[in-house]
Amino acid sequence: MSMPNAPVGGEVAGGLDARTVRHARLLRAPPVIEVHDLEKTFRIPDQRLSSLKERATHPLARRTYRELHALRGISFDVRLGEFFGIVGRNGSGKSTLLKIMASIYRADGGRVRMAGRLAPFIELGVGFNPELTSRENVVMNGVLMGLSRQEARRRLDAVLAFAELEEFTDLKLKNYSSGMMVRLAFAVMVEADADVMLIDEVLAVGDAAFAQKCVDVFRARRDAGRTVVLVTHDMATVQSFCDRAMLIHDGELRYIGDPEEAALRYYRLNFGGEGEDSDGPGAGDVPDVNVRVIDAWLENERGERIENVEQGRPIELQVIVEARHDLVSPVFGFHFLTADGFQVFGFNRTIARAAGETDVVRAGQRVRVAGTIENPLLPGRYYVRAIVSRNRSGGDLALQPLRILEFVVYGTQRGAGTVSVNASVDASVEPEL
Amino acid sequence: MSDGALRLREVRGPSALGGGWRRSLELLYLMASTEFKRTYFGTVLGYVWSLCRPLLLFAVLLAVFTHVVRLGRLVPHYPVLLLLNIVLFGFFQEATATAVGSVVNQEAVVRKTQFPRLVIPLAVVLTSAFNLGLNVLVAFAFILGFGVSPMWTWLLLPVLLAWLLILTTAVAMILSSLYPRFRDVGIIWAVGSTALFYATPVLYPLQRISGTIGRIVALNPLTPVFELARRWIIQPDAPLAASTVDVVVPAAISVAICGLAVWIFTREAPRIAEEL
Repeated sequence: MSMPNAPVGGEVAGGLDARTVRHARLLRAPPVIEVHDLEKTFRIPDQRLSSLKERATHPLARRTYRELHALRGISFDVRLGEFFGIVGRNGSGKSTLLKIMASIYRADGGRVRMAGRLAPFIELGVGFNPELTSRENVVMNGVLMGLSRQEARRRLDAVLAFAELEEFTDLKLKNYSSGMMVRLAFAVMVEADADVMLIDEVLAVGDAAFAQKCVDVFRARRDAGRTVVLVTHDMATVQSFCDRAMLIHDGELRYIGDPEEAALRYYRLNFGGEGEDSDGPGAGDVPDVNVRVIDAWLENERGERIENVEQGRPIELQVIVEARHDLVSPVFGFHFLTADGFQVFGFNRTIARAAGETDVVRAGQRVRVAGTIENPLLPGRYYVRAIVSRNRSGGDLALQPLRILEFVVYGTQRGAGTVSVNASVDASVEPEL
Repeated sequence: MSDGALRLREVRGPSALGGGWRRSLELLYLMASTEFKRTYFGTVLGYVWSLCRPLLLFAVLLAVFTHVVRLGRLVPHYPVLLLLNIVLFGFFQEATATAVGSVVNQEAVVRKTQFPRLVIPLAVVLTSAFNLGLNVLVAFAFILGFGVSPMWTWLLLPVLLAWLLILTTAVAMILSSLYPRFRDVGIIWAVGSTALFYATPVLYPLQRISGTIGRIVALNPLTPVFELARRWIIQPDAPLAASTVDVVVPAAISVAICGLAVWIFTREAPRIAEEL
């Protein structure tokens, strides 16, 4: 785990133990995907000479190409039952990698081996035809995703039930709302039930409720021991779901392993700052961070450390960090997230300084962030993520997300959503006139 | 997951028949039937339209060739011969014209799923073949109606249809795999198929033309299909324009076209998704 300094109590440690057990099991699991030294180059014509006439009139003019190395010698394994994340910036080659694994592109070098039945989800609702009914579309889509026609038909009812569209079976797709369409497409994916699922940015579509449904499905897949490879930009998903994650940059594998660390490096790539080059000797497995979390905890009114917070009681947060480098104008952000990685609320703090004082934290200095936070959270498990950034005004922003602590809110007043708010709303019978 | 499923298999990337025969056949059936439904269930008169087209063309050409060019008088049973020929050539023309852009039209599927490439042109040909089957039945109704009596050689029709089907498939494969890279294939084929219409004995029997043009027409791989159809279906005593050479050479050219089609298609198939 990447939070060696975070305090962990009984409740939370139990969760970590489960994770450790899972990790140990995965280490022994056989590989279901083996990628070895994969190479892919796209040839992009400098000038598009795609007509025969142009080629006929310039028979000797060699077509000049710009070579785009989308993948340069990528190797990795994915084990049976693993939830594997692939992260990287746009154009890093991660989608190309997924498409090669899904047999959509052909690799130029290296090999890919895979076990079991594969269902690629590069996009939701591929091959949906607006002129056909949902019944026909579901069968078509199922077959495209690798099912046989019989299997696809057998799963039809389950798909329509999951999408909550049983009444609209014989309606043509063109008469569906876009929301219904997305639900249908997602249901097909869920019910495809392959051994290995390759998923590309599916979470990018749909509203929050839909995203929540995706998350539920991912968790169910994971718990059922399915292998899932997920390409995503959403680090919250990576951190809360992936067993391992891989960072690709410029077609090269930059990191593979702990998802927290992969997410951290992804943020660093995105925001420049501490670049890759700062990975000096010994940097290896230890994250090269700007601050180290010395301690982070919650406490009650009497100043005693607690892991559980009663519903409605204010949260007393205490965090101590130590700067590893000089930090100019640092900003300390705190995000409260649900166990599924959805952000509930957050706030930022800068260091209180007298006017004219330079806002620099020297290497080795410690900073304490402490205070009381109103607690609108409904019962459940939450965690706190700290994000330290510096040089707010300049482009040289270093982001460093750290999951600093987990806690449980207990209470009896459950409700919809994740927070309760004061609502002075009354219901009464209108007097008859 | 069973132990068998855990055996690692090589992933070789997309190909003409990637995913195996079974899957390819299922996709082929689904695509062709979908296309057929889409074409004929979206319109009020449905299938009648697909029948109207050859019949209308037939009426126009019949008027021209019996009253203007007066070729009809020289050829026995000219009206039904013309109808049968139009049905046969109409299939070739429709299938190949649709095939040109078929892979590009299925872009979403090609770029987002593991899809056997060959299925796309095959589905187009199959959809047109449904039409051909129904149109041939109508043509036979007319043939009987015009007083041609049934004969045993009618049983040989499947041979001709198979020849036509295979040749059409080969041309469809070539066109559909080249179009993503060379978009002018579409324009060339629009002209080319019209030229081919006149270079095939559709409007006239081969014996009516002579000289260089006649020899060129005799080389056309489609020619024997139409010449043999006339002899086997309508006019058993029709003089075959020339010897068996006139069947063997076009047949050889047909085989060559099929070979070319397979070569081009398997060469292009793995990269089609990148060209789109």
